[in-house]
Amino acid sequence: MNASRIKPPMTEDNGWWWEEVGRDRLPIQRCTACSTLRHPPRPMCPRCRSMAWDFIEAAGRGTLFSYTVLHHPQFPGYDYPLTIAIVDLEEGGRICTQLVDCERDDIKIDMPLEMFIHEDADGFKLPMCRPAA
Amino acid sequence: MSTALHNTAAIAGIGQTTYSKCSGVSELALACEAVSRAIDDAGIEPGEVDGLVTYTLDSSDEVEVANSVGLGDLTLFSQINYGGGAAVGLVHQAAMAVATGSAKNVVVWRGMNGRSGKRMGQGVSGTIISSDIIHWSWYMVYGMLTPASWIAAFTTRYMHEYGATSEDLGRIAIAQRKFALNNPNAAGYGRPLTMDDYLASRLVAEPLRLYDCCQETDGGCALLITSVEHARDLRQKPAVIRGVCQASSRGQEQMTSFYRDDMTSLPEMELAARQVYAQSGLGPDDIDAACLYDAFTSEILVQLEAFGFCARGEAKDFIADGALEIGGRLPNNTHGGLLSEGYIHGVNNIAEGARLIRGTSCNQPEGVEHVLISSGVGVPTGAMILGQA
Repeated sequence: MNASRIKPPMTEDNGWWWEEVGRDRLPIQRCTACSTLRHPPRPMCPRCRSMAWDFIEAAGRGTLFSYTVLHHPQFPGYDYPLTIAIVDLEEGGRICTQLVDCERDDIKIDMPLEMFIHEDADGFKLPMCRPAA
Repeated sequence: MSTALHNTAAIAGIGQTTYSKCSGVSELALACEAVSRAIDDAGIEPGEVDGLVTYTLDSSDEVEVANSVGLGDLTLFSQINYGGGAAVGLVHQAAMAVATGSAKNVVVWRGMNGRSGKRMGQGVSGTIISSDIIHWSWYMVYGMLTPASWIAAFTTRYMHEYGATSEDLGRIAIAQRKFALNNPNAAGYGRPLTMDDYLASRLVAEPLRLYDCCQETDGGCALLITSVEHARDLRQKPAVIRGVCQASSRGQEQMTSFYRDDMTSLPEMELAARQVYAQSGLGPDDIDAACLYDAFTSEILVQLEAFGFCARGEAKDFIADGALEIGGRLPNNTHGGLLSEGYIHGVNNIAEGARLIRGTSCNQPEGVEHVLISSGVGVPTGAMILGQA
């Protein structure tokens, strides 16, 4: 593909997450007051309202909670059919990502997956998943 | 539960433009035409309108509409967020204004070149300018940009847990297309749809096919809301608001409430159901017809469960024998709905709800006392029940 994918605009609330992904890590935000994990990242813990947080590095193991295979419309920067996966992470929480290296008929709800950091031709990195080895 | 919005206000006027794929006019022109027709339908003068409500997504400002239509003093102007989730919320604003005396005659509208202009089905993009761009970016980066893709991810899990099939979704598309065959203003007019047609249609976002997705439409639709007392003196039979609400729940996101433990139900729509049933003193057994928001077929299944017409997971059985058609338990979107009439962001579904109370639907069921109407699915939403004066 020639065109590149749409990049996320970065603010104080999400830029750190993408920086960690750029270092080949899959971060999950954690409240330092009550240890509750949260994703997508937000500035305050909805459980205890603490604004102090750090993150853990996810091991990258998860299962397929739901998915959709996109056919239309097709946007420059993406390959179709494009499988979007909603993944339950082993540590807790869910992430919306792309499933690759999996034939259409092999996609099954609850299948074990492994997350990895994909690098685009332009150097942009983002988490994706594939069937667990 | 407050009863201030029970039998206080009514829909007294309906205005709509032609619905098409290319209007050839501005969105402001569509808004003005719809608003003007709603005023004429009710039989009041433009100068009597003192409130205007629309969508944050509508491109026409209240004062631009007011200046074009020749309105006078305005004491209410408001815009509701969350796309189609705003639909019933417009009427909620209007009803609150009427109930508190903030305004007497409120027109709500949506005017959009949804096909020839900005196409909703083409999704959000890198040029989107809004405060929630970070929210969308978690999905945009993966190419998950369209309403169909967001609802499809929800639908996959629902179908997996409850065994609903493509044929079940097809039955909803076909039921509403049958209604559209009697509606000359509908995109589906003159275009019958069979199960074979449905199953052969191209995949858009699995499991959703072309006919699971609503239209993209150019058009405008407006409603005039006033007090029940005033509505009785006007030209049309009033559609009395028995209850109306907005609803958003814990874990609610815009179209991507993927992070709740359970992704097979709509807590926000269940909250809407509790509110409108409590306000009205009615229950699902009292509802004779519905205009449930239908941007995608699968949204109907989950709403039938949220509003208590059947148990969770049983909507596929509820609809199996034509329950959503004329003569069925709950004729739904008798104009064709967003799927087969047109996508005026849900305001056209509210207009049909008012026609069902008037007795003027192009597919009028017998003896309609109460109609249930909902706002967009997957977003902060709302619902209302209309009844006879």
